[in-house]
Parts: sequence; C-alpha cells; structure tokens
Amino acid sequence: MVPTTMSETPELHPGARRIVRVGASGKPEIAIDHWQRLGDDDPFPSLDALPVLVTLARAERDRQALEQRTGAWGVWVPGNADPEQIAERLRDRVLVAIEVTKFTDGRHYSLARLLRDRYGFTGELRAFGDVLPDQLSYMQRCGYSSFELAPGKSLETGLRCLTAFSVSYQGNTTDPRPLYRRRA
Amino acid sequence: MYRYDHYDQALVDQRVAQFRDQISRRLSGEITEDEFKPLRLQNGVYMQLHAYMLRVAIPYGLLSSDQLRMLAQVSRTYDRGYGHFSTRQNIQYNWPRLQDVPDLLADLATVQMHAIQTSGNCIRNTTSDHLAGVARDELVDPRVYCEIIRQWSTLHPEFAFLPRKFKIAVTGAPTADRAAVRVHDIGVRAIPGPGPDDPHGFQILVGGGLGRTPRIAEICREFLPREHLLSYLEAILRVYNRYGRRDNKFKARIKILVGALGIEAFSQQVEAEWALIRDGAMQLTQAEFDRVAADFADPGYAALESSDLFVQSLALSKDRALGRFVASNVIPHKQPGYSIVMISLKAKGKPPGDATAEQMELVAELADRYGFGRIVVAHEQNLVLPDVESRHLPDLHARLSALDLAEPNIGKVTDIIACPGLDYCNLANARSIPIATRISDKIEDLDYLHDLGDISLNISGCINACGHHHVGNIGILGIDKQGEEFYQLMLGGSPGDDASIGKILGPALPSAEIVDAVANVLRTYIDNRESADERFLDYVRRAGFEPFKEQLYGSNDHV
Ligand code: SF4
Repeated sequence: MVPTTMSETPELHPGARRIVRVGASGKPEIAIDHWQRLGDDDPFPSLDALPVLVTLARAERDRQALEQRTGAWGVWVPGNADPEQIAERLRDRVLVAIEVTKFTDGRHYSLARLLRDRYGFTGELRAFGDVLPDQLSYMQRCGYSSFELAPGKSLETGLRCLTAFSVSYQGNTTDPRPLYRRRA
Repeated sequence: MYRYDHYDQALVDQRVAQFRDQISRRLSGEITEDEFKPLRLQNGVYMQLHAYMLRVAIPYGLLSSDQLRMLAQVSRTYDRGYGHFSTRQNIQYNWPRLQDVPDLLADLATVQMHAIQTSGNCIRNTTSDHLAGVARDELVDPRVYCEIIRQWSTLHPEFAFLPRKFKIAVTGAPTADRAAVRVHDIGVRAIPGPGPDDPHGFQILVGGGLGRTPRIAEICREFLPREHLLSYLEAILRVYNRYGRRDNKFKARIKILVGALGIEAFSQQVEAEWALIRDGAMQLTQAEFDRVAADFADPGYAALESSDLFVQSLALSKDRALGRFVASNVIPHKQPGYSIVMISLKAKGKPPGDATAEQMELVAELADRYGFGRIVVAHEQNLVLPDVESRHLPDLHARLSALDLAEPNIGKVTDIIACPGLDYCNLANARSIPIATRISDKIEDLDYLHDLGDISLNISGCINACGHHHVGNIGILGIDKQGEEFYQLMLGGSPGDDASIGKILGPALPSAEIVDAVANVLRTYIDNRESADERFLDYVRRAGFEPFKEQLYGSNDHV
C-alpha cells in the first residue's frame, strides 16, 4: 500500500499538510491544515495570516507579537505535561497540540482527558509526533479532535481505524456515560 | 454465567475485524514490527521461543461447556490438539500461525470469547476465586464485579499504554482468599458493611506482585462503598498511568510506585483524584448490578438433603482410588446435596496445566451431564466442576479416570504450579516442567503424599516468576550458573490471607540434586511436625529454616 504523504499532493502550498480531523458532526475526515509549529527560536512565518503553535514559554515571552499577528495562535505541549500546571493557560486557545513522543507512552491520554473533562478545554485538541493510525480511536475517545499522523502513515488507514468500533464500554468527552447508563 | 448482549457481541466481532486488518497491514509491511508488537500483544499474541503463542481470556475462569468444546476444537484446527491453562485463568496455545489467528478469534467470538488484553501493558484479565458462587465461606459472588470490571477495562481508551502490565484480582470470601489478591497490582476484597444493615463494600489493596521485586499489597482504602468501585479503580489507574516509571521496564510496575511514595502518600494521591470523579457518571447503578447479577444466579439446584456424611463415607471407601479422589479433590458445596469437584491437570508425567482436546471435550460432556454445563479454571492450573450432585461422584470419578483426569492431588505437593520455562520461553534460565514431572515421579507413594497434607509447590524458570515461586510453600527458581541450570529453593511463601514471600533456604542446587532436596525438605517436615494437623507452612513458620538446613546442607558446610 502506498501511504499518502505530502509529496504526493503538489496542490498543497508549502507548509500545509493533510491531517485527520473529526468534524463538528463527529465524522472524521481528511483536512488540509496550515498550523505552523514553532520552536522557541524559530522566526514567525513571513505570511502573517498563517496560524502558529508555540510552547507555553514562548507564549509568555512573545505574547505581544503573537497578539499583533493576524493569524491565530495556539500552544503545543509535551505529552507528559501536568494538566494542573498548564490548563489555565490553555483554556482560551482555539487549538492545543499535544506531542506524542513515543506511541507506547500513554501519559498523553490522561492529559487529553483531563484537559477536556476536568479543565473544560473546548478548542481543537490535536495529537502530533508518533501518532499512528491504530491509536486514533483511543485518542479520539480521550478527547482529541485532530491528528497529524507520523510521517509516511496513511490518512485513509487512519480514517478506517477511527470507525472500527460502533460501541465502547466507557464514556467519553462528549458523552460521559459508560455503556451501563446507555444500554438498551 | 454472563451472556453477551448485542453490544458485547458487536465489540468482540469488531475487535476480530480490526485485528485482521492490522495483521494484513503487518504482512504487507504497512506497519513495522515495533508498531505491531503492542497491537498483537493486546490481542494475546506473544512471541515464544519457537513460534507465536496465543493467550485466550477466560474471564475470572468461568466457562460454559460449549466454550470448552470450542477451546478443544480450536486446539485441533489451529494447534496441536492441546492447550495450556495458565496461572491467570487463561488458556494458551503454543503453535498457532499468525495468519490463522483472525479465523481462530472469529471462531472464539461465536461462543462469546476473545483474547483482548491478555498481554501487553494494559489491564489484563481480571481473575477471581475458582470457587466463586459455590463456596460456603463466600460473602458475595465476586464474578458479578469481575464482569463489571472486565467491561470497564476492555479497550479503555486511557489505559491501553500503561507503564507496564496491570493485574486485578477479586475475592468475595473475606476469610478465604483463593484469588491471591495480595500479590496483584490491585486486590479487591469484598467485606461486610460497617453497620449490620449496610451493604457489603470492598477493601482495596494495591501494589502487590511477584517478579523481580516481590511485594505484598498494602491497603489503599479500608472500605469502599460498592457503587464506587469503578471510579476508584479509575483513580488508581490514572495515578499510575501518569506517575508510574517508564524509564526502566523492571521498575515500571505499580508496586514500585507505591513503594517509592509509601502507601500513605500513594493513597492520598488516589483519594484526591477519586474525590474529583466519584460522584460522576461512573457510579455503578443498581440496574446494572442487577442485570449482571441475574446472569450469575444459582442454576436450578434440586432441593436435597445434606450429602456431607455421604461424601465423608466415600472418602473412606474401600476403593482407595475413589477414596483418595474424594478426600483431596472434592470440596463441600454451599448447596445441600452438591459437591465441588476439582479436576487435577497435574497427572504424573504431564506438563502442569496442559489438557488435550479429548480431555477438554470429556470435561465439557461431564459438565453437561453432572454439573449444569459449567466449568471453572483455577489459577492453580486445574479445572473445577462446581455443581455436581454428590450421588454422582463415583460415576464421575470413573469417567475422569479413563482420561487421566482423576489424579488425587489437589492442594498436595504434586499439585505443582510451573511456568513454561526453558522448554517454551525465551527468557528462561532453566527448565520448569521437567522438574515438576520429576518431583511427581519421586513422590510415588500416594499415602505418603496425602500424609504430607496441603503443600503448595511453585516453579519458575527465571526471575520473572510466572510460576509464582515466591508464594509457594516451597518455591523453586531456575537460575543460570555459567551456562548450567541451577535451582534456588525457597520456603515459607503463601498467596492467601496470610500472604508471605518465601525466603531462600541456601545455595542453589544443580538440576541433578534439586528433586532430592525437595524430598529431603518434605521428610524433615514429616519427621518433625507436632502432629498431622500442623501444616507444612505452619511448621516452617514455627521451626524456621534450621532443621531444613541441617538436613539438606549439613550443619555449617555450605551455608
Ligand atoms: S518465569 Fe521466566 S521462564 Fe518462566 S515463563 Fe516466566 S519469563 Fe519464562
């Protein structure tokens, strides 16, 4: 199988990529995405309208510059971050991205869930890094709403994985009721 | 027993389809072995020494006769005509081909079985008392809660990539723990409510385990009202998922976290987390409890007189084979006129826990004929027919004898728990199964075996302790000494309410000497015990190691 990668999609302009996003209807789809993830010393993109993701440290440092840009800004955090420490500073962002350093490190699942369920984050919650199609379903149920797959991973497989199950025993962010409160 | 509704069935069917898709992507190279490994592990597929192995879940050990027949059929179709019952109430097949696994799992799904989360760093099969529902000393039927926990833990999205594997055991008998709850990551003990009219609840233990760092679980909460069971488990798992060590696989179990923080600090963290979720949607509803409990209602027992005297007389029968069988393998049932029958999978010369397809089919047939079609797998790697009308015991014994299933050694020293060891396992230092076989062969005299009374003997082929050697009254651990198989002998372990970790008796012994050493230990006990009422474990606890050391190593020589 040939994975879908950016290189096959010449119509995308530089800096754009395809991701999997769960739409408002709850249906997952492939979407084109322009968010630029910046390291603490990376310059802002020359195109002022491009939305950017920065670390919390940089958000504090460059707050003014961020507010002056026309593009939106969001925050990216490591998967082992403490929601207790950061939730307040994330609450108003339209997008928070969580880095999955290694797909076998499951701390980011608790982080995502707590940001949603405990700290009321309602924006887009994105996973990036070692994000593989076979974990998307667990991620979605923990509150993630978009996925930047690891390089070379098939978005179509990702979509298929998201619809593998019609039933789950546990509640989720949109409906906290476990199956035993929904059984019919 | 629990019967799937359309939700349960859909989930298991969809899981098979998902794994089929994953395997085909693995075979096409779309996913790498590193990416595939956790996926296959969480579907029960292990890499063993020679081949893939599949571990199928038997939730809390309970099987219907149809399910057991399917396990037999699967062993014939996809394997070599036998299966191995493990110490966690699962069954393992040693020789399936990866390409066949989806079909195998689809066959199992037709009888409401699966292999979900039988391996990997996730919440494993919840285990329980093999006498659940029929024991006289039971407060509540733990299987109801096991099933509720099974559903909560199955494909739990937050806890699929824990630092390490996670095992939960539940007992419903407050004074007779047969589920080894104190050597589990979480042990759940049903206990009476604080007031006379209060419903039962749970004592929650945490941080037990064997392996390299054996540890007895400590009390995390003295009394948990039963409706909060799942939210409390969720709180423990969340604390563990967030704070358990991930830098070193050997320090990643929850027992290390509990040990590092101390039980007080650990339980404070759990309580703080729990306080935030306890009153949420996870509270168990009476309706759900009733729905699940209905499936565990007693089968239609006949109203009979007590059969206790009859069973006692059978135990003294002139037919010594029958008498010994009844004395050691038959347990009193809560229902008058019925008995619990243990079927030993530790016949002489056989690998502990193995059963052939023919044996499984016979047991299924006997369960239909004499026992409401139910079978239980005990964590001691034996089978149980939980509901046999006592008057059928002689017939049942005769039928079992025909297929080598009437070994009268339940709870005796030849009822050995042994891990697969060097014969199958790529981590092993030494063989386990041949040691078990040789010990059984050594203790030929059945009167002597019964005179020794209840003694547990556990063998592990390496420090990972899959044979639970730390909690055997006698424990044997295989070690490697310059490429040679050596064995360490431990005494004094127990997995029950009086749980303790065994201690090493002296220098390790070569394979040629270990069996005689065990015989020597048994002889020392018999010669020195106060009376036949003093169990081996009690004697070890009273007399200490000196008498054994003197007999085994000579007074000061080796030690
Ligand atoms: S104890 Fe060691 S040898 Fe035995 S099964 Fe476990 S890992 Fe293998």
